[in-house]
Amino acid sequence: MSGQVTIIEFIITIPLVIALAIGCGGSGRGLALFAAWANLLLGAIVFAVVLARGGGDMHFQSSHILLDSPELTLGFAADGMSAILVLLTVIVTFCAVRISPQQPGKGSGRLYYVSLMLIAAGALGAFCATDLFFLYAFHELALIPTFLMIGIYGHGREKVATAWKITIYLGVGSLILLGGLIALYVQLSPTGGLTFDISKLAPGPGDHPLSAETQKWIFLPLLIGFGILVSLFPFHSWAAPAYACAPAPVAMLHAGVLKKFGLYGILRVAMPLLPEGFDAWKELLLILLLGNIIYVGFVTISQRYLDRMLGHSSVMHMGYIFLGIACCNSIGWGGAVLMMFAHGISIALLFSLCGSLRARLDTLEFTRLGGLGANMPFLAVTFGFAAFASIGLPGFANFASEITIFFAAFREAGELGSLQVVTIVALWGVVISAVYMLRAYRRIFQGECIGNLGAADLEREARLPVVLMIVILLITGLFPNIILKLVPDLVGTL
Amino acid sequence: MTTAFIILLLPLLAATTILLVTRTRPDVSAYVSVISAAVCFLLTIVLLGDNGSVGSFAWLNVGGLELKIALEITGLTKGMILVVTLVGLLVHIFSLGYMKDDAGKARYFAGLSLFMFSMTGIVLADNFAMMFIFWELVGVSSYLLIGHWFRKNSAAEASKKAFLVNRIGDFGFMAGILLLWGATGEISFSGLGQALDRETFDSTLLNWAMVCIFCGAVGKSAQVPLHVWLPDAMEGPTPVSALIHAATMVAAGVFMLAKVTFLIAAAPVAASVIQHVGALTALVAALMATQQSDIKKILAYSTLSQLGYMVMAVGFSGFVYSGEVIGVSASNAGFFHLYTHAFFKALLFLGAGAVIYACHHEQDIWKMGGLLRLMPVTAITFLIGTAALAGLPPLSGFWSKDAVMAAAQNNTLLLVVGAITAFLTAFYMSRLCTIVFFGKSRSVAAREASEVPLVMRVPLIILTLGAVLAGFKFAYGWFINPAELPHPEGALPLVLSVIGVAGIVAGYVIYSGRDKDPIRVKAFARKFYIDEAYHLLVRVFQDGLAYVAKVVDQLLIDGLIVRGSARFTSGMGSLLRGLQGGNLQSHAFLFGLGVIIIIYLITITITSR
Repeated sequence: MSGQVTIIEFIITIPLVIALAIGCGGSGRGLALFAAWANLLLGAIVFAVVLARGGGDMHFQSSHILLDSPELTLGFAADGMSAILVLLTVIVTFCAVRISPQQPGKGSGRLYYVSLMLIAAGALGAFCATDLFFLYAFHELALIPTFLMIGIYGHGREKVATAWKITIYLGVGSLILLGGLIALYVQLSPTGGLTFDISKLAPGPGDHPLSAETQKWIFLPLLIGFGILVSLFPFHSWAAPAYACAPAPVAMLHAGVLKKFGLYGILRVAMPLLPEGFDAWKELLLILLLGNIIYVGFVTISQRYLDRMLGHSSVMHMGYIFLGIACCNSIGWGGAVLMMFAHGISIALLFSLCGSLRARLDTLEFTRLGGLGANMPFLAVTFGFAAFASIGLPGFANFASEITIFFAAFREAGELGSLQVVTIVALWGVVISAVYMLRAYRRIFQGECIGNLGAADLEREARLPVVLMIVILLITGLFPNIILKLVPDLVGTL
Repeated sequence: MTTAFIILLLPLLAATTILLVTRTRPDVSAYVSVISAAVCFLLTIVLLGDNGSVGSFAWLNVGGLELKIALEITGLTKGMILVVTLVGLLVHIFSLGYMKDDAGKARYFAGLSLFMFSMTGIVLADNFAMMFIFWELVGVSSYLLIGHWFRKNSAAEASKKAFLVNRIGDFGFMAGILLLWGATGEISFSGLGQALDRETFDSTLLNWAMVCIFCGAVGKSAQVPLHVWLPDAMEGPTPVSALIHAATMVAAGVFMLAKVTFLIAAAPVAASVIQHVGALTALVAALMATQQSDIKKILAYSTLSQLGYMVMAVGFSGFVYSGEVIGVSASNAGFFHLYTHAFFKALLFLGAGAVIYACHHEQDIWKMGGLLRLMPVTAITFLIGTAALAGLPPLSGFWSKDAVMAAAQNNTLLLVVGAITAFLTAFYMSRLCTIVFFGKSRSVAAREASEVPLVMRVPLIILTLGAVLAGFKFAYGWFINPAELPHPEGALPLVLSVIGVAGIVAGYVIYSGRDKDPIRVKAFARKFYIDEAYHLLVRVFQDGLAYVAKVVDQLLIDGLIVRGSARFTSGMGSLLRGLQGGNLQSHAFLFGLGVIIIIYLITITITSR
């Protein structure tokens, strides 16, 4: 299919070209905005086309063979799940670029915009790659600029240390993942020769070439590797400090988009290629995800700064997505994918508002804030929307995804198994998240005003991304079928 | 079907319009909201002729799960929707006067409209999922309205508390819904009813599921032990208290239970829990009410107590009495009391609002007095409301309280608790009226009080009519079959009337001419120290656990494991130091550029091939 450039290739190439142009001396923000607009449009087209043609099949396929043996192809395609994540990526990228300052940090700030473009390109590539090697490589491409952005443009005294910590932590995670992927590649390649192509690695109908025992042991490094990238308990401690130190656009892109790669990987690679591998680790995952929801939930309650609280809350919500995955039925996986989208938008929204507050206030410590709703009504109202979205209020996509996941766990459950018990315990997380979010809202915007009296509301030109993200959460919350219809019946293909 | 959908969606449209278009014009916003409420009330009258399931919208479909927004109209629904739209409309009109000069008037009316939308959704829901959705939305509109004066610390705290306590109840509610869905595969009320008829399910599971679902009602209808949010919710504007925290939202729990009586009948243990929780709430709240001095708090505890009656009555669904199952009729008694209570309690709250308005936002009854002369319409309507609440014949409260007690008449303990509560109710209301309306004025504000404007008087008068007439067959017969109401046997009505009169006389005799409370029971005044106990619990368990988790996170997981292993890989450490010494920015830039060039070259060579 070479010769013709697909829209997916365009979407991935545009930020790369723009990054190069900025690197060669172009204007940072102007070019990045152009790329963001173009990709927003193209991403919406991809989404619409896949929606029209059905999310179960691969569309916009392209492949370019780079090596014959082992077979390595630079190939892209989008099914429903990819299309959803592409849409998420272009929306969050657009908003992240829009809220980026004209002059980030000292100097020309070109590196800043180059990094943003690379993160976007890397995420898009990872979500559309049909080849195991590029799936991994594109994620790494997005990860490295994230570290740089935190180290160079971050806040706080500990930003460099934090940047190194997340580098090492996620580096180790990536290595473990790489080990698992190599094992997959070696073990699953058809007898004709080694290949990285996911569709060729996938077991055909009938017996799986690997024994359940082998699948189990290949699944483990994949689960841990992907798990570290998603901040699965107990591998979560990199996340909150990193998001607290990161510039707002980077926190938005990483927490909103890039972190979903680990979940995507489990659904795209680990589960389909090793259908029996998960059974052995299901109980383990159920315990770990409770760690995310309950334990990290309590850690979130104890936070004293808004940025750290949001960071922990994003770790906590990953537990629900893992719960959806652990249900191993199409309801649960549909809910998980919907929540990947909903959480991506809502956490990006929260981090963008948090960034706006940071720019206006001299502190984000709850006890030193209060009553800001009176002089910043726009921020108060939109933060209210974001907070209620994040705690799963009906009307927002977050609620639709949560309730889908809960129902998934109880499908045909006449008797209570471990999944159902874990789900009931996990329900308590709904109370926990309301506690920390409403406490934060009360501390920041309500009550008597203490300090920061002169802080101004969000300026008009910065309001578009905020409103856009809220509207998207509402549309997908009121009509969740738009997203759910696209989620391919992955379980059915196992 | 369109009528029901318009009643549901019109208030949402009004709220959205105010938020997006008219928020800078408070008067226009107020009229948008009032007009939507008026249209909804008129459409409700049209709707009363309809029946059955009307239309549905597939909200969420995935892998065999189908959650629908589907409306169902039954007798119960009609009674409730009438209460919601009628009391809602009156409260909207009353608010035009009460909130005339409020700075957040547009926000207030948007909140009211959002509430009307959410509450209508609960009433019309034909399945648990839809009910849960609107259940949560009602919670958030209540949060917004309690916290209307959000710059007041107490209002901000109260709104947060209300939402969180309700979420605890909703945790149980959701668990119950899931348990039922897991066992039966149904979430619609009719589907569940049929499934229970068709096959037998494990009774332990049904009991657990019903107790869980009851948790939702405990939260929303403020039953012990989750009652603590309702008195605090009085921080909201008084019309809000009348609509949401007296007549409608807090009754949603009872309404929901009345809708699932077939489940209560199938779960005897849960039914017993429901009866006892209801009776306990009725008694405890009435005791607390006798020692309050804030006029709204007295009414709030009274609401708790009356909700307890309703819950207790509904809990008797399915209990065998004189040889036949009285399932339907016991829950009818609870719903009947909900219906009459909505009128007289909304009347009392709006009356209290008028008093507060006239006394320049004074709420302490010991600073009032002699208001009967100064504001006769308010005073007389309030006294009629009091008589209805005290259960004096032939006012509406008499009939419904009789029905409630008749539902409990085979259970001596609960019958006695109900009778004591009835005495206390008459007593604390008489105390309130004696102090506020009779005697001499105790403050300047009370001396200078004058009757409230017409726009506030009219709702009072209409609600008074309701409080007087709602207990007669013509006013309730079209949605409750009078034959299916439990009827008190023997001397019960007479005894209840005597108890009511005795309470009123006792209250008058003790409090007439007093300037301070001659009875001091600290435990009642301090609400049995339950708030303090909860505060301690939250501090010790939630915040304590949170603190421990944080320390573990920092020391063990992050400090020991992560940093320890980072130090272990010393090679990486030296690499780290080497890079850190150099210019990070130039390293980073070169690295980024390198990656781009490689990727770009690859892409170019490939696409041009």
